[in-house]
Amino acid sequence: MRVCVKLFAAVRDIAGDEKVELEVSSDADISAVRAALIGKWPQLEPYAQFLNFAVNQTYATAATRVAADDEIACIPPVSGG
Amino acid sequence: MASLTHETIDLQSLYDMVATPTAGAIVTFSGVTRELTQGRQTESLDYEAYAEMALAKLTELEQIAKERWPIEKCAVVHRLGHLEIGEASVVVAASSAHREAAFLAAKWLIDTLKEEAPIWKRENWSDGSTEWVHPGLPTGDAP
Repeated sequence: MRVCVKLFAAVRDIAGDEKVELEVSSDADISAVRAALIGKWPQLEPYAQFLNFAVNQTYATAATRVAADDEIACIPPVSGG
Repeated sequence: MASLTHETIDLQSLYDMVATPTAGAIVTFSGVTRELTQGRQTESLDYEAYAEMALAKLTELEQIAKERWPIEKCAVVHRLGHLEIGEASVVVAASSAHREAAFLAAKWLIDTLKEEAPIWKRENWSDGSTEWVHPGLPTGDAP
């Protein structure tokens, strides 16, 4: 299936787009989404272990399953405040 | 009440938002853009957010603060967009009957939002380079 992932900050700048589409298996979880993202943009490899994800605006874990219509976002380490 | 804004944060409005007749203490905290970070000079900063989630997260943190401490009200506003040095990027306000709860809740709110809210800042250094701040990450911005 095809999922849409929102990108922010340095990750967005590296990928060059604020919203990217990734092809993952129909039973994919967040770790698969992360792998697909890194696969498409190998420059993100140094960031891989630091990237959190949110599904439908809630922080997810590596094992969180995703569906094609989920709102998925890649959350690099935050620096607000 | 939590909010995100591209405008200058009005400290007084946050104060007024949490003031109640039964509150004997009002604590406000302002996070302000700083010129020096580990000896490097900042020209300005830009903040961006995953806005919908950031707003939901800030609202959730306010709710938790109200459950955890006997506060009357609390409010958080975070600035987005371009900020010059000395501008407030975030203001937290809390009110309570006695000062302890307001101090503790305000400190927890700022500490926790810095860890959990999906908001990022970009340093625009005085040497012309720019860098997104991602704590823990090796930076790609070699001096």
